Amino acid sequence: MNKKVILQLDALTCPSCLTKIEGALKAQPGVGTIKVLFNAGKVKAEIDDSQTSADALSDVVTKLGYEVQGVKVKDL
Amino acid sequence: MKFQMYIQKHTKQITWLTGALIVAGLALQYLAHFQLGANILLAIASVIAIIPIAIHAYQALKVKVVSIELLVTIAVIGAFIIGEYNESAIVTFLFLFGNFLEQKTLDKTRASIKTLTEMTPTTALVLQDDGTTETVDVDDVEKGDRVLVKTGAAIPVDGVVVDGSGYADEAAVTGESRAVKKTTDDQVFSGTMLSDGYLQVKATKVGDDTTFAKIIELVEDAQDTKSHAEKFIDRFAKYYTPAVLLIALAVFIISRDFKLAITVLVLGCPGALVIGAPVSNVAGIGNGAKRGILIKGGEAMDTFAHVDTFVFDKTGTLTQGKTAVSEIKNYTTDAAQVLALTAKMETLSDHPLGRAVLTYADNQNVAYQDLVVSNNQTLKGQGIAAEINGEQVLVGNLKLMTTYKLALSADQQADLQALQATGSSTMIVAVAGKIAALIGVADIIRPEVKAQLAKLKAAGAKHLVMLTGDNQVTADYVANELGIDEVHAELLPDQKVEFVKQFQANGQKVAFVGDGINDSPSLATADIGIAMGSGTDVAIETSDVVLMQSNFTSLVHAYRLAKKTVLNTKENVVIAIAVVAFLLLGLVAGFIYMASGMFVHEASILVVIFNAMRLIHFGGSPVKNNPDVQQQAMTQTN
Repeated sequence: MNKKVILQLDALTCPSCLTKIEGALKAQPGVGTIKVLFNAGKVKAEIDDSQTSADALSDVVTKLGYEVQGVKVKDL
Repeated sequence: MKFQMYIQKHTKQITWLTGALIVAGLALQYLAHFQLGANILLAIASVIAIIPIAIHAYQALKVKVVSIELLVTIAVIGAFIIGEYNESAIVTFLFLFGNFLEQKTLDKTRASIKTLTEMTPTTALVLQDDGTTETVDVDDVEKGDRVLVKTGAAIPVDGVVVDGSGYADEAAVTGESRAVKKTTDDQVFSGTMLSDGYLQVKATKVGDDTTFAKIIELVEDAQDTKSHAEKFIDRFAKYYTPAVLLIALAVFIISRDFKLAITVLVLGCPGALVIGAPVSNVAGIGNGAKRGILIKGGEAMDTFAHVDTFVFDKTGTLTQGKTAVSEIKNYTTDAAQVLALTAKMETLSDHPLGRAVLTYADNQNVAYQDLVVSNNQTLKGQGIAAEINGEQVLVGNLKLMTTYKLALSADQQADLQALQATGSSTMIVAVAGKIAALIGVADIIRPEVKAQLAKLKAAGAKHLVMLTGDNQVTADYVANELGIDEVHAELLPDQKVEFVKQFQANGQKVAFVGDGINDSPSLATADIGIAMGSGTDVAIETSDVVLMQSNFTSLVHAYRLAKKTVLNTKENVVIAIAVVAFLLLGLVAGFIYMASGMFVHEASILVVIFNAMRLIHFGGSPVKNNPDVQQQAMTQTN
């Protein structure tokens, strides 16, 4: 895990969305700890950039039906 | 996937369309008595409205979660099968409409944080080597870059002013909306507004490392940090929802009543219970954040509300943490002249007591700079003697007076002792062979503390304790002045920790209040560590509550807010449980059916959200710009 990805989503309203997003991202290769902030509408994930990328995560979330408004990547 | 996205984007339109179809259907049924037409319209409404609900149910099921949406979907399909189009349409509409209102009101409870994040500047004007400026994304600004800030703009980095001057409104960082003068070498913070002037700032912290970014991150995390109660409810809901499914099945098997079974599905939704506790915390934390009070999550909120013992560090917390003139006893006819002479004498020394006198003289606008000193002489361990404008002036201790064969009168002796009993350091001033004044210098007690401590007690604090490394005389005096119940003086930092542990062993819930400078161990050990004043990064990390403004009004507000929030959570849980009980009773008595059950559910969800929203405005709106208003607010709260 060498990068930290922060996705800014549209406002989340259902608590079950959290489980959904978390579950779907965990299934991706190269994804470490994930935190979905319900109230802030943010996803924070640690990834290994040799196996996946911020855009890949963003795609997964978009496919679940949530709009990704911004993507930030930081070195760990 | 595209279909799902489309549906999710247009849920609002679907809700309205469903609503319109239901109205039309009911009109046909009751006004035109055209039952077939009504059924067709209501069936169409049901089918349209169930799509977004079913999609959610399916998505949740994919990750092995039995959601409320699943219960509703099954119930509606059931109602559809037995031809209850009326019920199925109204249930789906109410569910969607309820969600819509829920989202709107939830947005309101989150608004406090949103307004904070919206203050985050996104670009910076960076000065280039050739003297031009370039607009750069804040994330790309480097440490050491020089950034220009113009009137009305938000300062994009944490840094030091290298050129220019102006007034910054630091509400974003301190919660106190007030113009603070900024000039060369002053520190400025990202997210604060330059209300007037022009600054050139050298960046020391950028992007996510700035104080403001840290505050936002902390608050965002806090709102999602759940209390015990919330965690319990979450676990409960995880099993409760599938259990409802089983119960409905059991009801059907036993009673063979399909309608009853699907009604149970709708009534069993855990709506208000799941939303009740988190929404109170979000609103409560938001209320604090607007005032520069950062409470780190539901857990901290809960524990803070149960605190009965407050332990204070003295220096920098109860007192201002810097020595200042506490009292002057003047024995001459011209007090200003004596002060001017003393101040002039102190320009010759760099003793800390001397600096306190100079600051005091400056604040009193006493002109001493032009006085002429001659024949000055420093007597080690005694003081200074000199001639100013031809008069002999002595400033020092009793020994110095004895050396010059001056004695204090009985009254002056008494004054001196009284001053010393307050824990003040004293100096004696003699002019032209006469004792002219006694000056007390002490770490001054903050003016607002006494009244606020009384309020803290009124709010529920039972035991106030002061722990200090300072001497016993000073400690006793300060404690006595402030109405503190228990004092321990001359302590080392680890001894303070021992006291905290001892209180905890006695079964007391302890909050430790400190400025975070060398009391981090106590902050970490206490049930609730409260760091006062923006303090150090370590203090912000180890504490549970951070008061960005170093004042006791915030402390009292935070304590009352915690209590109020916990009470609000309890109210919401009670409301939620009462609703479920009412629905069950209604089901048994036969006056609640699917549509009315869904209505009561959605209404109860809105009730708990509205109840939580009361917290947003708890304690009135934070004090704004106008200094007069601020003054009034101060007098009111005192």
